[in-house]
Amino acid sequence: MTKQIVSMTVNGEKKEVLAEPRELLIYVLREKMGMKGPHVGCETSHCGACTVEIDGKSVKSCTMFAAQAQGAQITTIEGLGSPDNLHVLQENFKEHHGLQCGYCTPGMITRAHRLLIENPNPTEEDIRFGIAGNICRCTGYQNIVKSILSAAAEINAAKEAAQ
Amino acid sequence: MKDEVTRDERVSNLKGLGCSRKRVEDARFTQGKGNYIDDMNLPGTLTGDFVRSPYAHARIKSINIDAAMALDGVVAVLTAKDLEPLGLHWMPTLAGDKQMVLADGKVLFQGQEVAFVVASDRYIASDAVELVEVEYEELPVIVDPFKSMQSDVVLREDLDPKAPGAHGPRKHHNHIFTWEVGDEEGTNAVIDDADIVAEESMYYHRTHPCPLEPCGCVASMDKVNGKLTLWGTFQAPHVVRTVASLLSGIEEHNIRVVSPDIGGGFGNKVGVYPGYICSIVASIVTGVPVKWVEDRMENLMSTAFARDYWMKGKISATKEGKITGLHCHVTADHGAFDACADPTKFPAGFMNICTGSYDIPIAYLGVDGVYTNKAPGGVSYRCSFRVTEAVYFIERMIEVLAIEMDMDAAELRRINFIKKEQFPYNSALGWEYDSGDYHTAWDKALKAVDYDGLRKEQAERVAAFKRGETRTIMGIGLSFFTEIVGAGPVKNCDILGMGMFDSCEIRIHPTGSAVARLGTISQGQGHATTFAQILASEIGISAESITIEEGDTDTAPYGLGTYGSRSTPVAGAAAAMAGRKIRAKAQMIAAYLLEVHDDDVEFDVDRFVIKGAPERFKTMGEIAYAAYNQAIPGLEPGLEAVSYYDPPNMTYPFGAYVCVMDIDVDTGVPTINRFYALDDCGTRINPMVIEGQIHGGLTEALAVALGQEIAYDDMGNHKNATLMDFFLPTAWEVPNYETDFTVTPSPHHPIGAKGVGESPHVGGVPCFSNAVQDAFRPFGNRHTNMPHDHWRIWKTANDLGMHD
Ligand code: FES
Ligand code: FES
Repeated sequence: MTKQIVSMTVNGEKKEVLAEPRELLIYVLREKMGMKGPHVGCETSHCGACTVEIDGKSVKSCTMFAAQAQGAQITTIEGLGSPDNLHVLQENFKEHHGLQCGYCTPGMITRAHRLLIENPNPTEEDIRFGIAGNICRCTGYQNIVKSILSAAAEINAAKEAAQ
Repeated sequence: MKDEVTRDERVSNLKGLGCSRKRVEDARFTQGKGNYIDDMNLPGTLTGDFVRSPYAHARIKSINIDAAMALDGVVAVLTAKDLEPLGLHWMPTLAGDKQMVLADGKVLFQGQEVAFVVASDRYIASDAVELVEVEYEELPVIVDPFKSMQSDVVLREDLDPKAPGAHGPRKHHNHIFTWEVGDEEGTNAVIDDADIVAEESMYYHRTHPCPLEPCGCVASMDKVNGKLTLWGTFQAPHVVRTVASLLSGIEEHNIRVVSPDIGGGFGNKVGVYPGYICSIVASIVTGVPVKWVEDRMENLMSTAFARDYWMKGKISATKEGKITGLHCHVTADHGAFDACADPTKFPAGFMNICTGSYDIPIAYLGVDGVYTNKAPGGVSYRCSFRVTEAVYFIERMIEVLAIEMDMDAAELRRINFIKKEQFPYNSALGWEYDSGDYHTAWDKALKAVDYDGLRKEQAERVAAFKRGETRTIMGIGLSFFTEIVGAGPVKNCDILGMGMFDSCEIRIHPTGSAVARLGTISQGQGHATTFAQILASEIGISAESITIEEGDTDTAPYGLGTYGSRSTPVAGAAAAMAGRKIRAKAQMIAAYLLEVHDDDVEFDVDRFVIKGAPERFKTMGEIAYAAYNQAIPGLEPGLEAVSYYDPPNMTYPFGAYVCVMDIDVDTGVPTINRFYALDDCGTRINPMVIEGQIHGGLTEALAVALGQEIAYDDMGNHKNATLMDFFLPTAWEVPNYETDFTVTPSPHHPIGAKGVGESPHVGGVPCFSNAVQDAFRPFGNRHTNMPHDHWRIWKTANDLGMHD
């Protein structure tokens, strides 16, 4: 199959890859760009392990062709924080035991990141509904919800302090 | 030397037992830097993919691989014919049966592996799978184990119908084994004479552990050094190494098996699957690494299922409600090959713990294993070898007996619990329960939820429903369970002949930090965090200064892996014992340095002090330094220890659960308003991790009880092969859980810990199911089968005339 050049910005870096039209974004991210964060759990849009952010929306990268991402701004978990400067969500997931095997975690945190931008003051119910596209088989969600609630509080407190 | 730090501060600096230490694993997982199997990318790796059978039972007339081989990028297509000369077209199963690696002559279940395509990338491999032409001749399909035992159709033509199987004589060509425990005649006599007898049949449906990460491996044969390395999603890497050696003939020292990070296991990653064998062969053939990772559909269709037990029970009692006998018969549908992950001497796992938490004087269990045209497996999904089935069975029998006697089910349990003073308790079916205090746990649980108040509220709701004022009813689910974990004593637990001990090796570095390696492997349980805590308390070095390593057979001592909640009871004990060996040597070094006799020093948190003179001491750091750098008469340099721990008995954690649920009878939708879980897992190593395990286990229990099912139609078509059809709860369906505990240490475990990971699943399934069924009890319900999905709940209401 003929390949075409696809260019996109991933975690702030401009990237160009050669991909067949049928290649899924998740594989291009993982195998051609070396990202280990987004995972594959189902390839049918059900589990959310592959969630990334594309142009300001949470997207399951297993159900989108790489070619469709032409020109897009993409953020994966790798782009959310750095080892020396973790994202508040990453800190809070650690603090509140919001993960076990860690397989859902990158997708979960990436989704939560967008959720908190869309709704900076979520109730527990908002969070449960907002992450219902991301499955976790280990934690039973209780500590994930707690992690996100606490991250929201921390972000808001920081905002207030800055004002 | 003057001590600046108080003793309490020293204890808290250790981050030892009982501390909710934050997990060291989380740094990499939260930043997307985990290293799961699909993250492995060795240069030149080829991808393997399977051609799978669309039929549940069919003869293979021909396989034509020419078109596939002609495709650019395809390197090889393996069929059974290619594996046969290597003796690898069949492999032994964990249950003493044998299983086709690639279909040999016929297929026996839908999704069975027929050919293995090896190509330069996954897209080309998929294209090639489509190009392999297989001609099938359909054969009659058997999906019902009862019909299977009557049918003329021989499923396993490879087996001599007259020859005994791995567990004794076979009754029929589709029969696998009969397993009987207890006194059938005696039990029948008691039941025949009893005041009250309750009988019930129940089906514990087929389900699947479905970890978020599917199974996979990378095999790499290094022909220069003659070394085979196999990375994979293995819950038992050492066992895989031994099996790989036995199958391939490659000497075991030339095989290295590595489990990297694993994205959840829950029993699914215990077995050996055809993908592993084919990848190894493909790498040997091609000389380059071969990766195989299944997709979700393949995972649900062909890797090990769980449960599928048809259970028939009889329970008898006196007029006062004292249980006098229990009879249980199980027809176990094992699918096409008997590939259960069970200790060899337990053909139906630990099903014979089915007397549960109750003092039942006489009992009998009989299990018949049967072949059908379904995927093989039979793993203990988040439980210890069929304990989930056993606990579900007894907890339903108790409920049914309560209905029969028109009695409160909580009270019936209380009357029959094994009493605290009866421990160690020998059950009628041959287990020695190590310790327990069931009455205390039960009373605490009932009080916490205001059980009497709940029953009142329920009665009011029933009345309101009958008056037509509401369309919701209320269920109170109770369950009390005793788990049996920590397989196990080598004398009665082995898998494929390998005794089920576990191991720990510790090396203290001169500067007082340490590395410890164990024979287990975490799949999310947080071993790197909690095992360091055990060692911190044992050897007096902060958990922060101890690295835990697992899962690499080149470095870790031999162990039987992680499943059946065996890590804490067995490897955790090995860690404590190895720690004690370190301490014994440290004591001699300290005494030498302090110039006193060995007996004159004692261990105190992180140091050895002179008895009666606590201001004179040597810290573990100083002792470690001396161990390497000072010549100590009579002692070798260094500070290392290894322990291979064979537990004297299993451990018996227990718990009391209550679920309060509303059911909308018109939609069949249950809403969980409250879930209270009291667990007693003995000594608590890390309460935060324990609670996390309980939340997760309960959620998996909710899934099984309320909707998760692997079902087949009459043609053997798999009906739930995607996450669209296979229920995995999301945050939306799952409640917040209230956790609580009592502590009854195991008397034989070095630190008294019992294990907890599976308890919430084992106790949770009957609790959720009992809640649904209890809601319908006032309307005449006796028993309905799981999974209680919306349709089945609606149907129960409908059958009871609640829609009229
Ligand atoms: S892998 Fe994309 S949603 Fe599951
Ligand atoms: S932590 Fe394992 S799937 Fe979420």
